[in-house]
Amino acid sequence: MKISMIVNGQSHAIELTDEYTPLLWVIRDILGLKGTKFGCGKAACGACTLHVDGEAVRSCSYPVKFAEGKQITTIEGLGNAENPHPVQQAWIEEIVPQCGYCQPGFMMATAALLNKIPNPTDEDIDNNIINVCRCGTYYRMRKAIHKAADKQNAINEINEPTKA
Amino acid sequence: MADNQSSEKKLSRRKFLVRGGLGTIGVLAVGTYVLRNPIRRAILEKANEMDLAYMGSTDNPMLWFELGKDNVVILHSPKIEMGQGTFTGLAQMAADELEISMSNIKVVHATTATGNIDGMSTGGSTSISGLWQPLRELAAIFREMMKIEAAKKLGVSVDDLSVKDGVVSANSKSLTYAEISEGVTNWTIPEKPILKDISSYKYVGKPVPRVDLDDKVYGAPMFGLDAEMPNMLYGAVVRPSKIGAKFISATTDKAEKMPGVIKIVSEDDFVGVVAESYIEAENAKQAIEVIWETPDNLQQDAIVSMMTVGNGKSTIIQKEGDALEGDDIVQMEFRSPIGAHAQIEPNGVVAFVEESKATIMISTQVIGITRKEVSSRLGWDAEQVNVIPTYLGGGFGRRLHTPHAVQAAVMSQAVGKPVKYIFSREEEFQHDMFRPPTHHILKGRLNEQGLLDGLEHHFVSGDVGNNSALVPNIVPPIVGADIGAIRGGFLQYSAVPNHRSVYWHVTLPFATSWWRSLGLLANTFAIESFVDEMALKAGKDAIEFRLAQVNDDEAGKRLKEVMRTAGERAGYSEEIKDGKAMGFAASVDAGTPCAHVVEVSVEDNKIRVHKVTVVLDPGLAVNPDQIRAQCEGCVIMGMSAVLFEQMKVVDGSLTPTIYGPYEMALMKHAPREIDVVLLQGKDTPGAVGEPPLGPIGAAIANAIRRLTGKRLQSMPLKLT
Repeated sequence: MKISMIVNGQSHAIELTDEYTPLLWVIRDILGLKGTKFGCGKAACGACTLHVDGEAVRSCSYPVKFAEGKQITTIEGLGNAENPHPVQQAWIEEIVPQCGYCQPGFMMATAALLNKIPNPTDEDIDNNIINVCRCGTYYRMRKAIHKAADKQNAINEINEPTKA
Repeated sequence: MADNQSSEKKLSRRKFLVRGGLGTIGVLAVGTYVLRNPIRRAILEKANEMDLAYMGSTDNPMLWFELGKDNVVILHSPKIEMGQGTFTGLAQMAADELEISMSNIKVVHATTATGNIDGMSTGGSTSISGLWQPLRELAAIFREMMKIEAAKKLGVSVDDLSVKDGVVSANSKSLTYAEISEGVTNWTIPEKPILKDISSYKYVGKPVPRVDLDDKVYGAPMFGLDAEMPNMLYGAVVRPSKIGAKFISATTDKAEKMPGVIKIVSEDDFVGVVAESYIEAENAKQAIEVIWETPDNLQQDAIVSMMTVGNGKSTIIQKEGDALEGDDIVQMEFRSPIGAHAQIEPNGVVAFVEESKATIMISTQVIGITRKEVSSRLGWDAEQVNVIPTYLGGGFGRRLHTPHAVQAAVMSQAVGKPVKYIFSREEEFQHDMFRPPTHHILKGRLNEQGLLDGLEHHFVSGDVGNNSALVPNIVPPIVGADIGAIRGGFLQYSAVPNHRSVYWHVTLPFATSWWRSLGLLANTFAIESFVDEMALKAGKDAIEFRLAQVNDDEAGKRLKEVMRTAGERAGYSEEIKDGKAMGFAASVDAGTPCAHVVEVSVEDNKIRVHKVTVVLDPGLAVNPDQIRAQCEGCVIMGMSAVLFEQMKVVDGSLTPTIYGPYEMALMKHAPREIDVVLLQGKDTPGAVGEPPLGPIGAAIANAIRRLTGKRLQSMPLKLT
């Protein structure tokens, strides 16, 4: 069968024998985007978090058939060195990553959170950012999340001054 | 004279061989590099004469630096970057002595083919401290070699040259390092390296950002699991769920017919499947029926009973004065559970075995051992196998064992194509090389002044170093103790007249091994909990009580300074304020003293850690920001182990096998404040990556004792 989806703004039509293949493996092994990580395969750690139509999704447990016709964003599509997302800017300023493996999942979860709650409180962060980091970078992440919110709100104010 | 020199040379060579093992002769792809073999050999010769504190081989040709036409220097690191920031520290050290800017140095992992690999491992918090002297000296030699050639090309004396950012100048003329190197085939090597004054360093001592920061934030493919080779297939290996299960036979008919399956690989010791995709390999693996020979079902009670002081073989590792006897002795016991590494990147490898060479891309902390194991299984020379290490998605000691590299190599050989093999999370938990459980009996007696007259630590642990490829079999009988399990097991209260530490060793029926900080976490939990209890009995302030019982030798002074500073900085108080209590603990690991003060409360019967003050004396801080990051990480990883984590043996299997049921610290558990203070009690860099893990368990337990009156004696710490 063929699954059509838009990944980081590009249309893809993917030939597959098993429509229940997790989206993660299509993204990593067929499209070659390695920024989305495999951690547990059971939606328990969040390393594979990406966006499906703007919602944070744990792609290791998301059958690719449900991605049909949808917009997928991965860490590679969130931003890059030339045009970083506010979350990535904040992550760099706070020097958050250690081993770095879980970080794309956390950044994707954070970007989705900020779209829903532009000024998250510490409690909002505790309740919504529930991925696992083994190096223990949560302390810097919390600072980076608040900083990213400020950056994103400043951008939004410039773009939509009436709303602010 | 000549004879003397040659005999000295031989001695020096033999020393390197003993310490580092053999290196390998390698060939490097040429690319755009103008400077390669001549400088490699030149530097090597010099390196061979140096007394390297790190355990790598410097006996054969190897590559430390490459210089590109763009004047960028590539540093081939013998140490693996697993999050600890080693690449950044090494880049700072090298850049300062090379006299180039941080933007003009790149760090890559050395492969076994480029030779410059560590004969032992990346671990033990030794990377920066061990390479501090040799790396700077090699860089200084490089810089001086450039100056010597520049002087020739510019027609001036070396003394008239100035160097800045990789450009050598005299009068109005200047040459980049790359320009200097053009056409040079015969380099002149300075007699001995001239190191710059530390105070003139631009990068060492500064909080420069991690060199891998952008790659990690933008999702670059840099980890073992991201590795690929052309025409790669995917392998999976059937693993038993029971402890001690032996492979007998497998029925593979069903799996052979599954979609995407290329080949079933049946060996004497395992059965694997190679398929076109990861999911197809995993699905086919499920369809293979294996007969295992399993021993009687083990249960947790049996493990706890085995792991009890008095079982196994004992060794006195520390002894001063007499053993404690009498009715006035205070005695308490403590336990720590089986701990999983739970690093987020599962183990994985890509192997390609061709006719007479093999290439292995892998997350490993033991490049040399990985190569040796693969070559020995293939029946080849080590030099036929090139191991290309990647960044690790967490190390923590888990990558000190890489038998999956062998399995991937066997599967690749069977299909003639590269094979990628990834552990499932369930396999990762079931087949971890766990942190061993421990049991501790502490004894103490107070004198009339309310100080300790005697203190004893009796403890038992499973294997850490014993039965590991890193520790030769000959070592345990000589040392008499497991060199990993005893970390942190010594008593730091040197002024106590009678003190001793007795270690008992039990090898468990499942693999236990290296886990970040080894014995330190559990040993410090037990010792510092007990010492705290004795301070309470004596009616003394927890910090004052400790300070009074540490001698004033150099190590003792550094420890006391760390203790005092932590108390002052945190405003340590034994009073309960706003429902919060403070707890204190301190430890010394690999020569680095560390003290924690924590502030805790209890909410809904759960322990909440609000603030942790960390005072660490790592010596010279090469990168203060990354040392802080290690302290923050140790606090949170330590809290996770101390408050939540435990594996248990249930019906012969290690459980649980997934995050969640294997409870770990999350964002909501992290302290809102971690205040890190760095002291410098010596003028060279010391250990950083593990020492800050020591005090956290006891510090939390001590705070809970003050808040609730309860002395928690088992990790994970639970109030009900």
